[in-house]
Amino acid sequence: MTDLLINLLSTAILLVVVVSALMGGVAIMTWIERRLSAMIQYRLGPNRVGPMGLFQPIADGIKFIWKEDVTPRDAHGPIHSLAPALAMIPALVAFSVIPFGPEIELFGRTIPLVLVNIDAGVLLALAAASLGVYGIVCAGWASRNKYSLMGGLRAAAQMISYELALVLALIGVILVSGTLRPVEIVQQQAGWFTNWNIFGGWQLLGFVIFLIASYAETNRLPFDMPEAESELVGGYHTEYSSMKFSLFFMAEYVNMITSAALVVTLFLGGYQVGLPASMLPEAGWALWILQILAFVIKVGFFLFLFVWVRWTLPRFRYDQLMNLGWKRLFPLALANVMAIALLLAFDVIKR
Amino acid sequence: MAYTVAFWILATLCIGSAVVVVLGRNAVVCGLALAFNLVTVAGFFLLLNARFMAFVQVMVYAGGIMVLILFVLMLFNIQDEEKARMPRFFQRYLGFLVTAGLMVLLFAALRNPEVASFPDRSSEFGTVAALGTELFTKFFYPFEAISVLLLVAMVGAVLLAKKRL
Repeated sequence: MTDLLINLLSTAILLVVVVSALMGGVAIMTWIERRLSAMIQYRLGPNRVGPMGLFQPIADGIKFIWKEDVTPRDAHGPIHSLAPALAMIPALVAFSVIPFGPEIELFGRTIPLVLVNIDAGVLLALAAASLGVYGIVCAGWASRNKYSLMGGLRAAAQMISYELALVLALIGVILVSGTLRPVEIVQQQAGWFTNWNIFGGWQLLGFVIFLIASYAETNRLPFDMPEAESELVGGYHTEYSSMKFSLFFMAEYVNMITSAALVVTLFLGGYQVGLPASMLPEAGWALWILQILAFVIKVGFFLFLFVWVRWTLPRFRYDQLMNLGWKRLFPLALANVMAIALLLAFDVIKR
Repeated sequence: MAYTVAFWILATLCIGSAVVVVLGRNAVVCGLALAFNLVTVAGFFLLLNARFMAFVQVMVYAGGIMVLILFVLMLFNIQDEEKARMPRFFQRYLGFLVTAGLMVLLFAALRNPEVASFPDRSSEFGTVAALGTELFTKFFYPFEAISVLLLVAMVGAVLLAKKRL
């Protein structure tokens, strides 16, 4: 009984830590996005609230809470209210399988720094990600607004199209590692950084396809068709205000963090520092903190890349987006799977 | 204990959403209820330790097929049905007949001790590794046959949809 109790307690503590870290990350990302975009466009950005404008997210949050929550007269009430939650939940669930640190030893027990450690973990992340489209589609439809509906439908078509390329790119990694458990995938990438799947597993093409597809999955520029403001006003969240709008906004950032973490876990060694064990400190707090830091830095880089790309590239046209997804990425991803399978069959890649 | 509680919660949600699918007036709400229903079925797979099946069920049915069905329903923009239309004679009585037949079949199957005890949750049953081994050894030929069948269906759909290739 005490075993179960301690398990429950440690999971609960881990859950609180992860969710607060994610929410903190979201708050910081909104600030970074605005500051970075300002730097890219040679202006200042929010720099008034707190040091360097760091408290801006708090001010934004308070503003969102006090704004009037408007529901359009013709909207489908229950689903209009449900949609923001439907957008948020899958994003959080998908993060649960990502190991953000090594197995640490605390009070004589081994605790892996991952919320859900199961043999089909990668599939859980994919399943959750595939449900993310419901929030957007429901929001688009329930608003009873033509722009919203168009945004929602675009999201449905786009996310299903790019999911194919995303999953196929991932199959390459699964072929090489021979497991669907994220913890094991990361453990296999220990040692020099040449052991990371992107180098040692010949996954460079898969990595590029996965990255492009994850931009489409998170509806970020250059693929933000569901909310293309020059065509669709605000897209699927045109009719949302107050905290409901803020939930969509936060869901987008949680999705970004989850995508970045998935890329890092699958292709770039997760929490592995990229050095052989002989050059690292002994197993202990020093090593664990170093590894968690490595994970955070890698994820941080991909978050920076999200922002950098957004403020550099123009938006795709819708038919270009579909052509890229179906006629370029999809065949490329298929070819990648074949190539990896052949390389494995002829022992060019060692498992 | 926890297993039983989880089962009853899932069963309630599953049947509740199924009832909404049948009785709902709004086609899109019905579609969403069906998607939710598919997720609860995945929950049953999870209870049976069949994680691969559960997540693939969510990914393929709820995340893929249902989204496409909703896509079409939303494009048609069907308004709430003012009054549920009386189903035609055949639909009505044939429906009863088919349902009754299915119930008989299910109860007959449940009386079979071999089926009723299935599956053994304590064993390796349902893990990704076990499923893969079964698929690629015992059921290799049926598996490949289904793959070819799906490919043929896909090529056929493309051929029908696109006249000028």
